[in-house]
Amino acid sequence: MSTQTLHTEEQIWDYIREVTDPEIPVLNIIEMGIARSVDIDRSGKVTVKITPTYSGCPAMNAIEKMVKEKLEEKDIEDFEVKLDFSEAWTTDWMTDEAKVKLKDYGIAPPEKSVTDDDFLKSLSGTKIVPCPFCDSFETELQSQFGSTACKSQYFCNSCHQPFEHFKCI
Amino acid sequence: MNTTKELSVKESKIAYLLRLADDRLILGQRMSEWCGHGPVLEEDLALANMALDLIGHASSLYAYAAEVEDEGRDEDHFAYFRDDYEFTNLQLYELPKGDFAFTIARQFLFSSFSYFQYQQLKEAKDEQFAGMIDKHFKEIKYHLRHSRDWVLKLGDGTEESKKRMQEAFDELWMYTGELFYIDAVDEMMLAEGNGADLLSFKDEWKKLVEDTLTEATLSVPDWDQFMMRGSRTGMHTEHLGHMLAQMQFLRRSHPDADWK
Repeated sequence: MSTQTLHTEEQIWDYIREVTDPEIPVLNIIEMGIARSVDIDRSGKVTVKITPTYSGCPAMNAIEKMVKEKLEEKDIEDFEVKLDFSEAWTTDWMTDEAKVKLKDYGIAPPEKSVTDDDFLKSLSGTKIVPCPFCDSFETELQSQFGSTACKSQYFCNSCHQPFEHFKCI
Repeated sequence: MNTTKELSVKESKIAYLLRLADDRLILGQRMSEWCGHGPVLEEDLALANMALDLIGHASSLYAYAAEVEDEGRDEDHFAYFRDDYEFTNLQLYELPKGDFAFTIARQFLFSSFSYFQYQQLKEAKDEQFAGMIDKHFKEIKYHLRHSRDWVLKLGDGTEESKKRMQEAFDELWMYTGELFYIDAVDEMMLAEGNGADLLSFKDEWKKLVEDTLTEATLSVPDWDQFMMRGSRTGMHTEHLGHMLAQMQFLRRSHPDADWK
């Protein structure tokens, strides 16, 4: 039995709030919905569960490492960072504050995700995404896939700026 | 695989996970060959992104198969240390990448099939498996939208693009029969509440494919023509061995190498 009980779950949440997404540095991993749970068992062992945004997301290993380093930095000895696949990450888990920050950063935030039934019917249509810079709706999709797996590329015909849209999944 | 032997639930589950994983690894590896060679920058990124998704899907399925197997092997074992006859991916996915039309046609067939398959698998009783599939399902929808858009654009495009798109489907057609191959592994998983009933969506899938080809002004090849067989029991085209040689040689030369 060591000195593990010094940390409360709230404190652990505060610590991991300092870990930002390496690909979207304005957001931390709680705002992203990547950090799912914090548990401290009776022996004081801390378990942090994180979930990947996209299956092949190369940032995941980096995030796992950053969480571990953060916990070590805070003198937590007995901990485990677990990858949790039981629930699929969705952009609906991103907080409203996070969406505002994304827009300010120049990335059009995701809207509410659609259900399966709509999908086949909506196959041929592309949705309209407002420009994060000038709020114009005169935008066009250039590619479903952008610089990272989670973003698509748009162009604004009003302010003539290319921008990225955080895909809604 | 010895088909006369009764498979246990555990063996079936591992085989089922490996089939799904092999399909995705092999197709993902083929897609990754486009990296740096896409027809335009946006497509180069799109194809590399989708390859990354598929290899990610394979990785999580392999890792889960290793966990179910519980013999101390990991996902890298399945990817790098098996030979061609041990892979159970469909031949459809191992064919060389061809031209852009060929890649798009295959991607459309894969994504549309996966769309229906995942709709059922994401309801599996096994929560860990279902959660994994739910995630893959969300991503595959983007792949389906992407490939379908291109089938329409190229099919109903120039004389040259239409010709290539038609040739691609004509060439791929005899590999599509195996999408609906069913054996004891599928039956066992279905009975356990962890499998997809492939026949239940066969007509719906065919309709989506036919509607898309027709909208693209392409003709639908004959569904009743000769169809290739044997993939799920390890029979492959000559192309798989060559791909594995390239994919596996480094890891096999340095089996204990580590990134850390």
